[in-house]
Amino acid sequence: MVGRAQTHRLEKGGLIDRSAPLGFRFDGKTFAGFQGDTLASALIANGVKLVGRSFKYHRPRGILTAGSEEPNALVELRNGARREPNTKATTAELYDGLEAASQNRWPSLRHDMMAVNQLFAPIFVAGFYYKTFMWPAKFWEAIYEPAIRRAAGLGRASGVADPDHYDKAWAHCDVLIAGSGPAGLAAALAAGRSGARVILCEEDFVVGGRPLADGGTIDGMPAAEWISRTLSELAALPDVRIMTRTTLFGVYDGGTHGAIERVNDHLPSPPEHQVRQRLWRIVAKRSIVAAGAIERPIVFAGNDTPGVMMASAVRSYVERYAATPARRIALFTNNEDGWRTVETALGAGLQIAAVVDARPDVSPAHRALAAKAGFPIMNGSVGGVDGGKHGVRKITVSLTGGARAEVEADGLAVSGGWNPAVGLTSYHRGRPKWQNDIAAFVPDSAPPGMVAAGAANGAFSLGACLRQGFAAGAAAAQDTGRSGKAGTAPAADDEAFSLTPLWHVAGKGKAFVDYQHDVTASDIELAQREGFESVEHLKRYTTLGMATDQGKTSNVAGLAIMAAVSGKSIPETGTTIYRPPYVPVAIGAFAGHHRDENFHATRLTPSHHWASEQGAVFVDTGLWKRAQWYPRPGEKDWLESVTREVKAVRGGVGFCDVSTLGKIDVHGPDAGAFLDRVYINTFSNLAVGKARYGLMLREDGIVYDDGTTSRLAEDHYFLTTTTAKAGLVMQHLEFCRQVLFPELDVQLTSVSDQWAQFSIAGPKTRDLLREIVDPAEDLSNEGFPFMGAREVTLRGGIKGRLFRISFSGEMAFEISVPARYGDALARNLMLAGKPLGVTPYGTEALGVMRIEKGHVAGPELNGTTTAADLGLGKMMSTKKDYIGRVMAGREALVAPDRQVVVGIKPVDKTSRLRSGAHIIPKGRTPGPDTDQGYVTSVCFSPVLDQWIGLGLVERGRERIGEIVHTHDPLRGEDYDVELCSPVFYDPDGGRQRG
Amino acid sequence: MRIVCPFCGERELGEFTYLGDAKPVRPAASASEDEVFDYVYLRDNVAGQMSEYWYHGGGCRAWLKVTRNTLTHEISAVEPAAGVGARKVGA
Ligand SMILES: [Zn+2]
Repeated sequence: MVGRAQTHRLEKGGLIDRSAPLGFRFDGKTFAGFQGDTLASALIANGVKLVGRSFKYHRPRGILTAGSEEPNALVELRNGARREPNTKATTAELYDGLEAASQNRWPSLRHDMMAVNQLFAPIFVAGFYYKTFMWPAKFWEAIYEPAIRRAAGLGRASGVADPDHYDKAWAHCDVLIAGSGPAGLAAALAAGRSGARVILCEEDFVVGGRPLADGGTIDGMPAAEWISRTLSELAALPDVRIMTRTTLFGVYDGGTHGAIERVNDHLPSPPEHQVRQRLWRIVAKRSIVAAGAIERPIVFAGNDTPGVMMASAVRSYVERYAATPARRIALFTNNEDGWRTVETALGAGLQIAAVVDARPDVSPAHRALAAKAGFPIMNGSVGGVDGGKHGVRKITVSLTGGARAEVEADGLAVSGGWNPAVGLTSYHRGRPKWQNDIAAFVPDSAPPGMVAAGAANGAFSLGACLRQGFAAGAAAAQDTGRSGKAGTAPAADDEAFSLTPLWHVAGKGKAFVDYQHDVTASDIELAQREGFESVEHLKRYTTLGMATDQGKTSNVAGLAIMAAVSGKSIPETGTTIYRPPYVPVAIGAFAGHHRDENFHATRLTPSHHWASEQGAVFVDTGLWKRAQWYPRPGEKDWLESVTREVKAVRGGVGFCDVSTLGKIDVHGPDAGAFLDRVYINTFSNLAVGKARYGLMLREDGIVYDDGTTSRLAEDHYFLTTTTAKAGLVMQHLEFCRQVLFPELDVQLTSVSDQWAQFSIAGPKTRDLLREIVDPAEDLSNEGFPFMGAREVTLRGGIKGRLFRISFSGEMAFEISVPARYGDALARNLMLAGKPLGVTPYGTEALGVMRIEKGHVAGPELNGTTTAADLGLGKMMSTKKDYIGRVMAGREALVAPDRQVVVGIKPVDKTSRLRSGAHIIPKGRTPGPDTDQGYVTSVCFSPVLDQWIGLGLVERGRERIGEIVHTHDPLRGEDYDVELCSPVFYDPDGGRQRG
Repeated sequence: MRIVCPFCGERELGEFTYLGDAKPVRPAASASEDEVFDYVYLRDNVAGQMSEYWYHGGGCRAWLKVTRNTLTHEISAVEPAAGVGARKVGA
């Protein structure tokens, strides 16, 4: 890219690398800058003043600040999938080929049609969306909202997936420091020399803070030299880490801090295998907020004209970037610090048009300087600015005493004083206190372990920053047990800071308080008149401070104006609550690598790879991937595959991986007594070598979970849970064991991942199993009866566990082997079962067979059903106490009209049942008053050759044979159905016992 | 938030699961429905020091009794919850 001449670049100076020119584009035009520039400084160096249009009124806006507090200069950075709206030009580092576009303008920045919004300004006043568009209600969605969205708003998101990676990391240290200005560096020196593990976060890409622009003398040397020496000393210390491009954005409980590191935002795209940003969680024993202060604007008519800039920002652009925002600058200040800008400008060969100082007395030294440089000092305030989109041309000054003056200038530097960055110290609902001499809020308290130092603590002189930072660093190191010598503190002069508070200059024309949300002084006055005087109301009614900059340049001025119009003091008016993050943090950074297929962990069953080879279709069940069915060539849909699988099981033999069930070994002399207390039925009397179905309640009497538990030895039970509740049941049982029943001698071990478990079902199950287990094992009905359970030896000597339990209703076993043999077992079952026509089946066929058998599962154990609702009331022991026993007896839980599990089949055999359909009495109008329950589970039953289902229906068991109606307003399907026994298949259970 | 597990040391919040108030004690088997109702449902809404159950599921699987100030989140004590919810501790 070939850029035009940098018309506003100084010949020399600045922390830019003139040997590294960079080309960039803004709104399609080509420009040039240097390594070390921000987008803002490069635009200024090219004489660009207009960079955006404002949120509501589409006012032309320029660059106000030189830091992360910038409210105006927001751009869309990059293109395509990487397009990032609302990027602050003041913090975006320039790189070769950077492309940026202004926001909020159509068709172009210079000719913005939406600027007519200014003509309709009366409808955009404070609270406009609460009153202007309230009536008629339906107009809001159809007309008002789309119109406002087109007219107002910030940048456009890319609309496509973010192509970059984000990382998350932890760090631990003794002392964490926010900010690398004099206070932060002094703190790092003291803490580091004392032997503390130190992390210092600096959001800028250069270390040093304000002295980068304002210079100064530290320990008798220029500040730049001191900074460089200090960095060398810190680098030599064993455990001091300085992280640039890293903003500490929040503090949380227990010394946990949040920081965002912009690892590769300064490049067009991250290098291969690198992340764009990294979210840090930093655990620190002590933290020091040396985040500095933010210079605040003064509110006056036309204060948003491009070319009006914070005085400190003018110095930053001139000194640090050798870029001149204007050639003839006026200064409007109410404090001593603003005058630095005069010295900077004159030093750079720029003209000073005038200094408007709100303070009555100006020092003789300043007067002498004015006389020498030939500019007037005016006691008064700026009342208006002429310029518009071309930038400042003329300034109107209201002189003390009432006269007016006009000043020709192409730039206006403004300083209304400084606000300490009180965000971090206030994030635990701390309220900062008012400090009169600097007319600003300073930290009054801070989260445990945190202190503020330097300008962030209201100490604005270089000497005080160094002293406070050093003392805080030394104390923090001491507190963490680091007792090395901190040595002597760096020293500098304490320059005077005198300020006369001035917040708002009354006058005609829009005077902006919150630039980003277009909140004016008159909006605040209106809010006060309408009764929104509390600062929290003021904030929400006017949206003051609610933009992406969170009011860093506007909140205090807004409070001050509210205080003035309501006749209160600023401390009486108070502040709103401060909340993290200090700067916007991309959602992508919080997500880190947890997106797409890595959104959560994925658990694979032991036979997963084998099942993949078989072409299985998988379904997500919690974290698990389970084989849902195994399609075969020529099958036209899932139903055909599933029906084949069911028929193969019922007519021959099939197997299914059920390893996802939770598995818990229960050991100890009191294992049986323990299970008696957590299940509604009794397990202490279960014979060794037998299994039993068990049901658990919550303490409130509702069913919690079910499963089969086997007794493998006198003091050893093996308990299974549902897939969904595996972790929760373990947690619940540990609670019972540790907290409720500590007197029981019992231990629990989760073995869910240790055992691969397969269900083998169908009349030919034994034929298949005999090929798998050692021939010495007796699998006959006598040797291994229904509900038998014991350890067995497999062919090859592997020890496994065998359970004669059936979910399908067929002759069935479940076999467990150590998980590492699961894959081999699946392959061997296929191999050995080939002559038998063995068929692997998935969770769909499993579900079909359980519905045919009327077994309840997740849809029926839905957190509202009792044991009796499920038809399992008889299992509730009356001879012992157990979790949930008393509450299960409550009146409503035993009421006769409860919805209970019942079978459902369509009267017209060709109708398809749908889960979720409502049950209503035949001939009644569907509605809440006639609703008697719903269909919980459905399947196509290959055995009955029709759709069948289970449902929860009011008094369902008493109504077997009744014809009712299913009503499905979502799918528009209504059928007559018959309530029937939930057991559709082999009701006397002969097949599973055979 | 960070919790110092008596078995594992200081660990991050994500390893723990919160249950709730550790004050209620499970009533005896002979207790009335009202007593059990209180135990299951009635909780103090404490502004200040509260003892709570936390489960170290991401670590040692111990249930812990954590004394925490609900206003500041400050944790002043962590101990094993063994027997805390039982009528008689360590019978
Ligand atoms: Zn632990």
